[in-house]
Amino acid sequence: MTIPILQATSLTQSQQIEMLEQMYRIRAFEEKADELFALGRVHGTMHLSIGQEAVAVGAGAALKPDDYVLNHHRGHGHCIAKGADINFMMAEFMGKATGLCKGRGGSMHIADVERGNLGANGIVAGGIPIAVGVGLSVQMQRQSRVVLSLFGDGAVNEGVFHESMNLAAIWKLPVVFLCENNQYAMSMPVARAFPIHPLSKRACAYDMPGETVDGNDVFAVHETVQRAAERARSGQGPTFIECVTYRWKGHSKSDQQKYRTREELEQWKAKDPIQRFASYLIETRQLTAEGVEQIRKRASDTIEEALRFAEASPEPDVNTILEGVYA
Amino acid sequence: MREITFAEAIREALRLEMRRDSRVFLIGEDIGVYGGAFGVTIGLLEEFGTERVRDTPISEAAITGTCIGAAITGMRPVMEIQFMDFIALAMEQLVLQAAKMRFMLGGKVSVPMVLRTPAGSGTGAAAQHSESLEAWFVHIPGLKVVMPSTPHDAKGLLLASMRDNNPVIFVEHKLLYKTKGSVPEDDYEVPLGVAEVKRPGRDVTIVATSIMIPRALSAATKLAAEGIEVEVVDPRTLKPLDTDTISASVSKTGRVLIVHEACKTGGIGGELAAQIAESDALFYLKAPIKRLAGLDIPIPYNRTLERHAVPQEENIVEAVRDLMAAG
Repeated sequence: MTIPILQATSLTQSQQIEMLEQMYRIRAFEEKADELFALGRVHGTMHLSIGQEAVAVGAGAALKPDDYVLNHHRGHGHCIAKGADINFMMAEFMGKATGLCKGRGGSMHIADVERGNLGANGIVAGGIPIAVGVGLSVQMQRQSRVVLSLFGDGAVNEGVFHESMNLAAIWKLPVVFLCENNQYAMSMPVARAFPIHPLSKRACAYDMPGETVDGNDVFAVHETVQRAAERARSGQGPTFIECVTYRWKGHSKSDQQKYRTREELEQWKAKDPIQRFASYLIETRQLTAEGVEQIRKRASDTIEEALRFAEASPEPDVNTILEGVYA
Repeated sequence: MREITFAEAIREALRLEMRRDSRVFLIGEDIGVYGGAFGVTIGLLEEFGTERVRDTPISEAAITGTCIGAAITGMRPVMEIQFMDFIALAMEQLVLQAAKMRFMLGGKVSVPMVLRTPAGSGTGAAAQHSESLEAWFVHIPGLKVVMPSTPHDAKGLLLASMRDNNPVIFVEHKLLYKTKGSVPEDDYEVPLGVAEVKRPGRDVTIVATSIMIPRALSAATKLAAEGIEVEVVDPRTLKPLDTDTISASVSKTGRVLIVHEACKTGGIGGELAAQIAESDALFYLKAPIKRLAGLDIPIPYNRTLERHAVPQEENIVEAVRDLMAAG
């Protein structure tokens, strides 16, 4: 039995259905990524966000197309939620010349600059001050854009997180700081890494609103981020949101997951954000079970098609290896 | 032509570019009312206001990240790190973010920012306020490194740096700030990657950086009285490096002394020596390449010890005599 979604929402039926499909697309992309790695068809590592899809989709739905996103290493979901073309995204994952970053970035650095996604970051908290700078840029250019800065719970203990929160607060920058608390910074549990709970309490040190929400409830995430985005857009400054969620897979491909129990994982799987959302849509008669299955299938087909595109794409030309170091 | 100080020349470049390009803004610690720790930005707050001459809290990492974010979204920030030593606090953002963002993102962004920083010893500021760390940045693909030695070059190189579309580390030796020289009042650029022969000579080439240029020129005057004609070459930018001008000079004189303030081991002198050794100039050498650099110690506080930690004019004179005696 799934845990029900608690929040009502202002989202239209078609928006909700599109959000469900995005969640399925993220899940399918990452399951495919996991499979490709297991088969030895991609090299390198990756960080999967399976179980955290409601954060990416809920937050993404609260943004306008020209708003900015800067995210972290576990960032496939945010990229899809910001509207990336899955073909080019998969091509980047496969290191192909047609990839969003021409095969230079890979899973950990996927960006989609044309859609305001300024890139995933491999350094914990590394993207947070950059998001502040984008916020300053927006403010100085008198634009009405919002910057969504996504990071994990691990980032909240980095020094630059605090420097950045402070700058955004004193200058009232249009930044939404969103912490995806997935319970572990690699193996270090939030319970042992922080003296303060929930983590959103840290916002009070910067006199900005801090909220903790159920990160597996797509409506709760959406509603909270939307409120923060409106606040940012109207010049009232930044907000810190903590979305409580859980990653089902290991930190990366080397993780033997000795730091957690199977029971814990199963408890969280019962709170599957996609199942909860699908059940809600069925219960509210916006979709039938068959309708949900069709959406899941369509998302899966999109990923298969993207994989075909990526596999048919050329490798980067070695003669271009020096390109892009300098402008 | 009118003479102004090195600090005034930098201020003039900042003022010119801020008047010309509204995207340019200054950001850093105590650059506004205080005018910068060395007075370089005095008067700019009055002309351009607090938004474009932006004082910050003491947050080197976040200031740097802020510049990156602003630079990738249409602004052209010029930041000041109050002492080059403090750049250590900003290394992650500079090295792992600013330098490689363009490359990682497949060339889809550029990072037009300048980091100005006072460097070097001679002020009695001891080990944590006297560093010469330029070699660190020369090693990092994606960064450019500029080290002017005269007011004329400071103005022209800074204008060129602010118009460059890459992150530029602009190193200002503190002892140069009050030195005077002829500086045109108009807008001109000294292109990055072009060395200059500061004094022609037939017997020995001195390749020197920053504060070592005036010391080398004084030494050259003394040596001329002994009948030794020294050619003094100033690379002006360490990255990109004008190896052609350096090797042409060395090919002509057949002897080369490399002089810099930074510690000898791992300093830029090693790279300069290697570049010369790898060029045809090697075939013209009458004596082994010689390096004169800072001792491999932190800068000591005591005035006498501090003076002995880095090359002085008399050390240069002596090193050239040794070189002449060697072959």
